[in-house]
Amino acid sequence: MTIIEATVSPVLLKQDMDHLFLKKKLFNFALPALLLVYLAYVFVAFDMAGLWQRVSWQNAQTLVSDSYSYKTHVTRNNRDASVSVAIEGERKGRYPTGQSPEWVMLGETTVIDLEGGHLVRFGPDDIEYDIPGYGLVRATPQGSKGVQVTLPAGEVPDWISVSKNRLAIKTEAGRLTVTRNRSEVFRYFVGWELFFFTLDSPYHGLGLGELLGRAATGEAGAILHDFWTNKMWRHQDVAWAIAETLLMAFLGTIGAGIVALPLAFLAARNFNPLGPARFVMRRIFDFVRGVDSLIWTVVLARAFGPGPLTGALAILVTDTGTFGKIFSEALENVDEKQIEGVASTGAKPAQRYRFGVIPQITPVLLSQLLYFLESNTRSATIIGAITGGGIGLLLTQAIITQKDWEEVAYYIVLIILMVMLMDWLSGWLRRRLIKGEGGRAKRKSRAAGKAFLLP
Amino acid sequence: MMADLTAAPLTTADIHAQYGEMTRRKRLYGGILLILFVALMAAGFRTADNRSAGSFRDGITHVFDYPAEVLKEAGEKLALLPGHLVDFFPALIETLNIAAASTLVGLVFGTLLSLLSTRGMAPWPRLIPLFRRIMDICRAIPEIVIALVLIFLLGGGPVPAMIAIAIHTAGALGKLFSEVNENASLKPVEGLESAGASWGQRMWLGVIPQVGPNYVSYALLRFEINIRASAILGFVGAGGIGYELKNAMSWGQGRYDEAAAIFLLLFITITLVDQISGLLRDRLIHGAKA
Repeated sequence: MTIIEATVSPVLLKQDMDHLFLKKKLFNFALPALLLVYLAYVFVAFDMAGLWQRVSWQNAQTLVSDSYSYKTHVTRNNRDASVSVAIEGERKGRYPTGQSPEWVMLGETTVIDLEGGHLVRFGPDDIEYDIPGYGLVRATPQGSKGVQVTLPAGEVPDWISVSKNRLAIKTEAGRLTVTRNRSEVFRYFVGWELFFFTLDSPYHGLGLGELLGRAATGEAGAILHDFWTNKMWRHQDVAWAIAETLLMAFLGTIGAGIVALPLAFLAARNFNPLGPARFVMRRIFDFVRGVDSLIWTVVLARAFGPGPLTGALAILVTDTGTFGKIFSEALENVDEKQIEGVASTGAKPAQRYRFGVIPQITPVLLSQLLYFLESNTRSATIIGAITGGGIGLLLTQAIITQKDWEEVAYYIVLIILMVMLMDWLSGWLRRRLIKGEGGRAKRKSRAAGKAFLLP
Repeated sequence: MMADLTAAPLTTADIHAQYGEMTRRKRLYGGILLILFVALMAAGFRTADNRSAGSFRDGITHVFDYPAEVLKEAGEKLALLPGHLVDFFPALIETLNIAAASTLVGLVFGTLLSLLSTRGMAPWPRLIPLFRRIMDICRAIPEIVIALVLIFLLGGGPVPAMIAIAIHTAGALGKLFSEVNENASLKPVEGLESAGASWGQRMWLGVIPQVGPNYVSYALLRFEINIRASAILGFVGAGGIGYELKNAMSWGQGRYDEAAAIFLLLFITITLVDQISGLLRDRLIHGAKA
């Protein structure tokens, strides 16, 4: 410090400082300005302004309400006056003939209690809806003549729509639609319908206590079977899908590690004296990495068809490039002294590698493998959605139907849990297998952080 | 200690025997682990093979069929290739824009999340676990999940992909950033606080200059990853080069030359960005060290 002060005049120092400040000021102004310009460009290029009009609020509403609630349909065939009850209107959720939930009383006149005083009656000839605070609405379907509707006196509120052939009422208790051929009541419930047992299972609607009691008396197998083969939620298929996704990630990552390790020796300067061979190997790694996993997936799907095999191989090929690069860099950083030490005891080449090299690169190798295992669980979900395998496929299928949003929500929750579990597992294994690695890494990065301290 | 050592003098033979015993045991454990591992891999491979439409044995002989077909057709129509490259360039730009915009948005939110969840910097220390969980969840959601849901709401296009990638990026960068933050010195923050600076000023003037280069280096790395992600999301309908690739692919034979052009564009872009960002990151770190 003193030397500098002695040789540089204050004027020069001041000039230098002014120059630096000007540079800094300009830089500090130009960078945010550039970013703003770019963001404005993206705003225009992506047509963000028009986005507001394109948002489908109808879809958003269905999505949100359907993901936490379900509806039960009570349907009257207006031709023969027969009434059926089905959850979500699906065949899988239909009550057997003659059976119904408590709030539907089947009979000559079927009475549907929507609670809060809302009562719907499917009579032999006409349909009545008793709306508290409004009055009685009567609709009579008359075949080819359409639907005859009688409303209470006064203006028709906007939640009732009446036309010649159709009556639709939407209240907070439920929905009634009457057409010439069909009368239908929807009642909404919070929750996921039939999650544990479908209606055809004897265990549907039983409490947890009773189920446990029955399980204790020897029905555990049957109970599990009914849960496992639930047609609505397909727990078996979902479990297999998750297993497939994890399998893709596992096979791909470990396979890539196994393939990349010997190749990395070929690409490392201190283990392969042949320059051209090294160059070729490195370009192969770069090529495999550069041909993205998307392209590998597309190409491999042609050969192996949909399924976990394609996903596993796509991950394997892509990560072979990445691992090859990482491993060869780790090999180049290997400490020669340890190898010399092993060699000085008269070790043969194989033993020199086994005891001189492998112990040094194992921590890098393991921690990279585990890190990629977690990130590949996510990739496997995405690849599954493209090629058709694992939980990714189930998710895309559920989204394409555009009505089973509760299943979509279920899969999303499962995917998040799966990835978080793998994240935790990989972190735990990393800490267990590479003892003290965490501490060292932290110290190293702290040193690096100091170096980043700007003047 | 001394007493113990003198009480039980070990002969060389004893030591040798003990060492041998230990080595044998270690080898045994290692062997068992290896066998278990190999069995697991083999079983996993068999399961994957059984649950796939095509088998590995048949498929491996056809791996190069598709690339060969594509290359053959592209070779026949080589004259059209430059035209295709120009045609698909806007789609490539869109993919790059998705990646860049989502990286920027993710950078901003990741920075916020990381500052909110670092001890000593967080304005509400009690909420640190909450922000950590938010980060974990953002990081755990694969982009495709959010993208598909948003495509249903917003229709196809670049915005769903951008939002989806930005959410994941915010989580991933937030975690890396909070590790960087933990190594930053708190002294400037304390100094600023004593001068009466607000939280925003303390962070902007006290923390960001310390961690800036590290942040930018991580963000560049993320940009590389996000280009790949945005290409993949295009494939499920989010616009950009992935969408074009899907169209060209589903057309099948007759438009393989277009597919080849897209493959080429994607490959060149990814390699180029990899190299440039590698150089930049190197300069960021070494420049700061010098």
